[in-house]
Amino acid sequence: MAHQILVRAQTAGGSTTVEALVKHPMDSGFVKDAAGKLIPPHYIEVIEFTHNGKVVLTGFWGPAVSQNPFIKFAFKGGKSGDAIGVSWVDNKGETANTTAKIM
Amino acid sequence: MNDADQGRPRQPRRREVLAGVAAGGVALLLPPVARAAENVGAANAAIYPTKAFAQKSEAAALQALFGKTPVPSAKVTMDAPDIAENGAVVPVAVDSSLPDVTMVALLAEDNPFTLACAYKIPPGTSPAISSRLKLAKTTKVVAVTESGGKLYSTDKQIKVTLGGCG
Repeated sequence: MAHQILVRAQTAGGSTTVEALVKHPMDSGFVKDAAGKLIPPHYIEVIEFTHNGKVVLTGFWGPAVSQNPFIKFAFKGGKSGDAIGVSWVDNKGETANTTAKIM
Repeated sequence: MNDADQGRPRQPRRREVLAGVAAGGVALLLPPVARAAENVGAANAAIYPTKAFAQKSEAAALQALFGKTPVPSAKVTMDAPDIAENGAVVPVAVDSSLPDVTMVALLAEDNPFTLACAYKIPPGTSPAISSRLKLAKTTKVVAVTESGGKLYSTDKQIKVTLGGCG
């Protein structure tokens, strides 16, 4: 899959920690390619995490977020087997989503 | 023993099915419509604060994003390296002991665009978030949290040996 999202969610002590690694170039628009031409900006603008369909985090990213972004956060609740959904949309309108289960 | 031997041929098949389910193989086979029904959620580009991300100063970005200015607070903490050898990947973690944090934002003062990222925190989600930023050069990085309608901030100077914005 071109737009891969790796998600790992673990629950301990009543809160769930979610780690996600998103495959994306996150081009800032300031970098030149080998031919000296500027690579146009291409980055994720909005990323959303859900737990059993309820939004647990909305992230707004600018071009200053690193390539293949990694994010880690935690929310209260969640139990083993619950669904964690991840979806994003970038400045070119491309989207991707995935679901994972809490371990 | 006999029973176990007889039972053996069936077991791998069951395991394979279970492994397939665990790997999300079933979810991948479902058409997109069926997955949407599972409440994957869909990130909405319309809520993106485009104006805030286009600002070139800390004050202007915060004004565009929150419409107010922060006060420095020890209750906002940032975990970041003192020296970042590679400006393209700088791990920055934010945390806050303030109650009811609704928004967290990270700004890099000397980047081409000041605002790096912002997170909307619904009730129940911890304000502790780690991610990785690109820093163009040595810069002050500011972490801002919104709690109870007020803004609190902390900052840290990060020395960048190799810039990450080209």
